[in-house]
Amino acid sequence: MNLSPLIVTYLSLFLIAFTIALVPLFAKHQKILIYVSFPLMSIASAIAVVAGIWSVAIDTPESVTLSIGLPDLPFHLRLDPLSGFFLTTIGLLSFFVSIYSTGYCKGYAGKRSVTHLVIFYSLFIAGMFLVVLSDDAFFFLISWELMAIASYFLVMFEDELIENRRAAFLYLVVAHIGALAILLSFGVLAGATGLESFSGYTFDAMRQTEFPLKWATVAFLLAFFGFSAKAGVIPLHVWLPEAHPAAPSNVSALMSGVMLKTAIYGIIRVTFDLIRVFPLWWGAMVLILGLITAIMGILYAIMQNDIKRMLAYSSVENIGVILIGIGLAIIFTSFHIPVLAALSLTAVFYHSINHAMFKGLLFMGAGALLHATHKKNMDEMGGLIHYMPWTSTLFLIGSISISALPPFNGFISEWLLFQAFLLSPSLNSPLLNLLIPMGAALLALTAALVAACFVKAFGITFLGHWRGHHHPPLQKMGLEVNWPMRIGMILPALMCLILGILPAMVIEWMDKISDELVGGKIATTAGAFGWLWLTPVAHERASYSGAIVFLWIIVVVMLVYILLHIRKTAIHRVPLWDCGFEKITPRMQYNAASFSMPIRRIFGFLFNIREQVRLSTSTISPSFPNRLYYRLRIRDRFWGWIYRPISESSYWISRKFGRLQQGYIHVYLIYSFITIIILLIFAR
Amino acid sequence: MIELYPFIIEAIQIVIVLLFAPLFVGWVRMLKCWFQGRTSAGLFQPYRGILKLFHKDVILAENASWLFRFTPYLVFGVTVLAGGIIPIISLTLPFATVADVIAIVALFAIVRFFTALAGMDIGTAFGGMGSSREMMIGSLAEPAMLMAIFTVSLISQTTSLSNMADVVIHKEFILRPSMAFALLAFVLISLAETGRIPVDNPATHLELTMIHEAMILEYSGRHLALIEWAGMIKLFLFTTIGIASFFPWGISTSVNLINISAGIIFLILKMGFLGIGLILIETGLAKMRIFRVPEFLGSAFLLSTLGMLSYFILE
Amino acid sequence: MSINLAAQVNSIMAALILLTSFGLLVQRRMYGLLHLFAWQGLFLSISTAIVGYVSGSHHLYISSILTLALKVILIPYILHFLMKQLHIHKEVEQLVNVPTIMLIGIALVIFSYYLTAPIRELSTLVTRSTLAVALATVMLGLLMMITRRHAVTQIIGFLALENGLFFAATSATYGMPLVVELGVALDILIAAFIFGIFFFQIRTTFDSLDVEQMTKLKEED
Repeated sequence: MNLSPLIVTYLSLFLIAFTIALVPLFAKHQKILIYVSFPLMSIASAIAVVAGIWSVAIDTPESVTLSIGLPDLPFHLRLDPLSGFFLTTIGLLSFFVSIYSTGYCKGYAGKRSVTHLVIFYSLFIAGMFLVVLSDDAFFFLISWELMAIASYFLVMFEDELIENRRAAFLYLVVAHIGALAILLSFGVLAGATGLESFSGYTFDAMRQTEFPLKWATVAFLLAFFGFSAKAGVIPLHVWLPEAHPAAPSNVSALMSGVMLKTAIYGIIRVTFDLIRVFPLWWGAMVLILGLITAIMGILYAIMQNDIKRMLAYSSVENIGVILIGIGLAIIFTSFHIPVLAALSLTAVFYHSINHAMFKGLLFMGAGALLHATHKKNMDEMGGLIHYMPWTSTLFLIGSISISALPPFNGFISEWLLFQAFLLSPSLNSPLLNLLIPMGAALLALTAALVAACFVKAFGITFLGHWRGHHHPPLQKMGLEVNWPMRIGMILPALMCLILGILPAMVIEWMDKISDELVGGKIATTAGAFGWLWLTPVAHERASYSGAIVFLWIIVVVMLVYILLHIRKTAIHRVPLWDCGFEKITPRMQYNAASFSMPIRRIFGFLFNIREQVRLSTSTISPSFPNRLYYRLRIRDRFWGWIYRPISESSYWISRKFGRLQQGYIHVYLIYSFITIIILLIFAR
Repeated sequence: MIELYPFIIEAIQIVIVLLFAPLFVGWVRMLKCWFQGRTSAGLFQPYRGILKLFHKDVILAENASWLFRFTPYLVFGVTVLAGGIIPIISLTLPFATVADVIAIVALFAIVRFFTALAGMDIGTAFGGMGSSREMMIGSLAEPAMLMAIFTVSLISQTTSLSNMADVVIHKEFILRPSMAFALLAFVLISLAETGRIPVDNPATHLELTMIHEAMILEYSGRHLALIEWAGMIKLFLFTTIGIASFFPWGISTSVNLINISAGIIFLILKMGFLGIGLILIETGLAKMRIFRVPEFLGSAFLLSTLGMLSYFILE
Repeated sequence: MSINLAAQVNSIMAALILLTSFGLLVQRRMYGLLHLFAWQGLFLSISTAIVGYVSGSHHLYISSILTLALKVILIPYILHFLMKQLHIHKEVEQLVNVPTIMLIGIALVIFSYYLTAPIRELSTLVTRSTLAVALATVMLGLLMMITRRHAVTQIIGFLALENGLFFAATSATYGMPLVVELGVALDILIAAFIFGIFFFQIRTTFDSLDVEQMTKLKEED
């Protein structure tokens, strides 16, 4: 048997199964369980990464029909470049997170049993792998459900808190409504293949069918709705900022970093691989939803004071950015410009892997904060750069990357998207030419707001003085996290840098995917100028070299530093200058709410904000109040607009149906009798 | 030798950026003094200021972290990098391909990001206030800036500044309303981004009005010198970006030494005139309230959008 | 002056007219509004003269001079006089949500571009591209009348709307017949006088020029 990517993938899956089988053996010895299972999971993930990279590189889809499954419904697996790419992304992050978890879960040892955590963690990763591998509708949905249920239990891990239970329930409801829509969508597609029995349910059968536009539209809308619910596209995002912070931080990293990507995978797979019809308005719809999601997501993120909620909303924003790329790709394909569609899709893939890296890193950083300070509210932290040098530096790298600043990776994907936007005037439609650049302006606004958001996140948490009421809970050096956690964060930070300075190589690797999906390539031009330069369309059109930017910054910083230190000038450390006001306290610093106040004031009309200010005046003079109470409450408007009416109407309906419940057995017998009579009339 | 030639020009340009930036600031300050009927401190006062700061000891707050000390070097390095990319005296720079105009905007975003963080590092109310306001202004200015640049790049079909300038120089001259709008928008945004009146006042330390100064209030000695110098270079670079995208005539298109020196002379002339323009704006306007700034930047955005619309409608 | 250059100058004028329309939309001060309106008239008159030159139809010169006299000098003067008399020349009008108004304005421009696209395809005139701007000016004038509360600003909005119509006529068909244009000019002039009289009437009745006061006129039930 020749070694092939798919076989390597089996190896990874078997290793995960082996890990799960080991769990009962060590259930009594929690520490050993942690030290055995998470390293095994990280090895399994690393193997999956190898398989993924390999399968994208060789560009030959492998498919296999398993003999297991339902009667008449064997399971189909397929590893093509698209699944290979997502396998790589998922594997990479779960590799890092598993290393991190080895250290992170030690914090639970002795407090609560981690047996459930280990089992569902492994199932969750296995579910994500299987989602991207499956090649028929049934197996896809089974894997999808496996992933959803496992993550539901992970969100429920700390179930003594009522808000965690509520968040998990909300998550379960939305996930299942989404799954239902996906099921219906596959049903429509399978029906439209016109094949007998169940053979229409394989993706292969769908690939070979030319779908009529009517059915294609129904299927696309259902699938888009279903996957959007999972990805957190506004207005289906409300579960996300509840569920992601509730889970343990290593799980939040996986949920935000890669679980959302499976939904992106689903959208791409269904649209570009299975349906392959591209009406213009689909693209426009996806683009507009993406823009709304991006801008609203980041505005919500800026308003948050809880660091994990902030990161969760920021994931909503990133999903928006990815959708923008997908929308552009559909639009370009509908105008038959494969090269530009490939450019947009490359931006989509690049942003997917970027977001997995930096959001994983940031969530792990938030986990480290939680681990060290047991706090989630940024307003109770501050000055941690002195106590946690590693965590703060790594969190800073994550913040720079997500803020799309060169030379890190976030910039590459946003830059590619901007290039795609700027090339839209080659479309053959004057109105679109006019409208699409406006989208670019919104994307620019989003990018700039992300920077503001993460200046706030990093600045409030790590800089300044400790903002909490009590002084730092531990002594000076005791806060920094243990080595496995550090390594788990260092590796994604390195990936952020590598993806940022070697984009031409990465794009060359992943170029086959867009070639297969939209029939266009950009690698020949993207790397035409050498590996140092990224020239997506033509080098006279635009070029960027992350490596040179990085090297230049390092060289100049060192040079200036050395030049300025030839002559010895002393550094005097002095107490903080208090402007002559002698009672300066840490409470006078800017905090999270005050930092975002200018932006809140500009964009406040988009939110449901209630501010309460109350002065308790002293007896001397009303100009010198004793105390000032300030309360700020920011709510999601979508909750009141969409969800409350739905939940209230469903309560109303159930109350109406409740009248049928009489409690008398005779009445129930009458119901059954009437039902039988009616059925007999119809079945006559 | 031919291979080396562009690199020599690159080096000359970086030296010009480093040296001319304080000179331009000196010129602007001198003009301002004249306009307001004061005696000026001379054209070379900014040099003296920087030199003096380099010789002073550094006073650092007790709780300043490494980030606070690292920021001046980074800010300076990134600003100089941008100075090596923008075509100032010649279009044939080896560094011109390193970053296009979007990346240059992102480079300035790095500067803003780290300055804002440094402002928060000490933990005074001033620093936080400055950072918060700066990020608000930055997040509104950046989209307007990119819209203005997109308008220009629609015409020239490229986002590389050198190629944009090249297209404008070599194409037949056409009166373009879109360019006029984009230029107006660019002027407004540059005022905001470089912290000039009416958005911010570089000469004030009045607590209610300062933005950029509030963030760097705690700096001293060589750190302050680097930040101030980088600020001067930033002003210089914004004017040169304006020159390269709207009035590139005179920038050398070859590596010929005569053309290069002509380019330098043209540069000096243009900067002289732009300094006068800047001072006319600064003395003619009053600093606006901070919450009027969104409206100001909103009109910059409107102008750049109108520029883009008129490109499609009228041209 | 070549035809090509004339067309370029004309499109610059169109752009400036569009800009002044947006300026009118967001300007708060009464005098500022008046000045912007006068500028718009000036650009319109220059544009008309250029179109006259390009098309060789000399009656457009007369309309250009008429525009100059009427919309740049006479009507602004009348309005100026009125403001002085009514003591409102330093008044500042409250404007709600300027960014939203601007965004609606941009949307209207795009909409008029979309509407005039078929005409632009068919027309062969040099000025065909300015038609979208003309339509946008009409719509922006209407938008200004909707968003403003003050009687004088509403009148300026109306006059800007008329400017747009005039501009549309020149750019779509090289102007209306001279007789019609003279008639319209006379109408505008008389309208300006009548508005003046009305202002005084409104002022004496409500002691304000805020048109929201007119809600009092409705019958109570």
